[in-house]
Amino acid sequence: MRGLTLSAAAGEVVALVGPSGCGKTTALGIVAGLDHDFDGMVEVGPRQDGGPARLGYVFQEPRLLPWRTVRQNLALVLPRAQRRGPAVDAMLDALELSPFADRFPTQLSLGMARRVALARAFLVEPDLLLMDEPFVSLDEPTALRLRTLLSQLLDRRPATVLLVTHNLREALALADRLLLLAPSPGRVVAEVPVTVPRAARDDATVEALRRDLLSRPEPAFRLLA
Amino acid sequence: MPALMPVASILLLLALWQGAALSIGGRLLPGPLVVAEALLREAESGALFHHMGVTLLRVLAAFALAMSIGVGLGLPMGRSPFIDRLFGPWLVFFLNLPALVVIVLAYVWFGLTEAAAIGAVAVNKIPNTVVLVRAGARAIDEGLIDMARVYRLSPADRLRHVLLPQLTPTIAAAARSGLALIWKIVLVVELLGRSDGVGFQINLLFQTFDVAGILAYTIAFVAVVQLLEYGVLQPVERHCQRWRRMPAEA
Repeated sequence: MRGLTLSAAAGEVVALVGPSGCGKTTALGIVAGLDHDFDGMVEVGPRQDGGPARLGYVFQEPRLLPWRTVRQNLALVLPRAQRRGPAVDAMLDALELSPFADRFPTQLSLGMARRVALARAFLVEPDLLLMDEPFVSLDEPTALRLRTLLSQLLDRRPATVLLVTHNLREALALADRLLLLAPSPGRVVAEVPVTVPRAARDDATVEALRRDLLSRPEPAFRLLA
Repeated sequence: MPALMPVASILLLLALWQGAALSIGGRLLPGPLVVAEALLREAESGALFHHMGVTLLRVLAAFALAMSIGVGLGLPMGRSPFIDRLFGPWLVFFLNLPALVVIVLAYVWFGLTEAAAIGAVAVNKIPNTVVLVRAGARAIDEGLIDMARVYRLSPADRLRHVLLPQLTPTIAAAARSGLALIWKIVLVVELLGRSDGVGFQINLLFQTFDVAGILAYTIAFVAVVQLLEYGVLQPVERHCQRWRRMPAEA
């Protein structure tokens, strides 16, 4: 990566799109404060109440604790006093996970485990939500269902989102703005705002947006093909 | 049939013992029945339970001390290369320190006290626990550690929900080998510097060449240690590992 600059306004959903190896995951790790081996600066604004920004992270693998049940995995990210409160049950309900609350992650399908990871990220009421290929290696109907759930969650409780994906359709369905990245060195080569409101983006709209991008003549868009 | 194999195995051992006792004979190698009589005699006088109880308490104290210090040192050594390099050479030294040297020095430096006895036993087990736990800590899933950092879990929550559950198999292995090692060393400590316990009693019996008594105490204590293994250690381990055995989603 070199000279990578990106910014996101409060409540904006920004998708980082690019081929593997262009540093998308690394960029998320740096923003999350997990990776300190870089020269540069990360600035996350304070919350409205003045406290430090809360972070949610949906990793590429669900990263649930296999020795804790679904409910325990969720409760753990809350402050101790709230763990037995109604927030966990409400989130389980919202993501239709209630029947699985007492299962261990080893008993869940990948789609279900990813859904739990999504629930966990929203449970902390994140100001900044980082998502790394959250729907990769799922069959298309399951991925679609999860994308719908994600946009419902975002409608209910907006967050600033950095979404890493190599799936152009996914980016166009969810993001307010796309940043196209190219490898060696990893950098932003194009910026594409999506003006259609998220709720109005059905399959046909997304497909039309995608064709439009692929037909653009600039070299940056040729990487997408 | 497989369920009967352990019984058959023990009967075979008893038969061999009886045969050997008959051919050697006398006080040198008493047969199973004579030993059973000695066991009964010691039990009736109450001596057996007193000495076993005292020894058991020492075993448990040394075990708890060795496990908590072993995990407390092994975990940071496995997680931090700096701490590992700092204490690694100490570990090599203590691993090679003979049990007898530790015991003798503990008694010389701290007197013939309970604390010296239990401490000496623990020191003998700690290096082994550290080695096992360190290896386990090195293999910890970094992805889950990152998750814990992102969601700002407190150090106590990280230890309890992220680190220790991953170390359960390691700690269980250390506990098992630890129990077996510790009770043997406790007997030596008692023989050298305590005035009660199974080790002390065996020393007395040795002075009168009472082989039946020695065997009686040995068998009783092996039985108790096995009971701890099957009655306490294994159920605890099964409980900690229950998530592994859950059937996959139907």
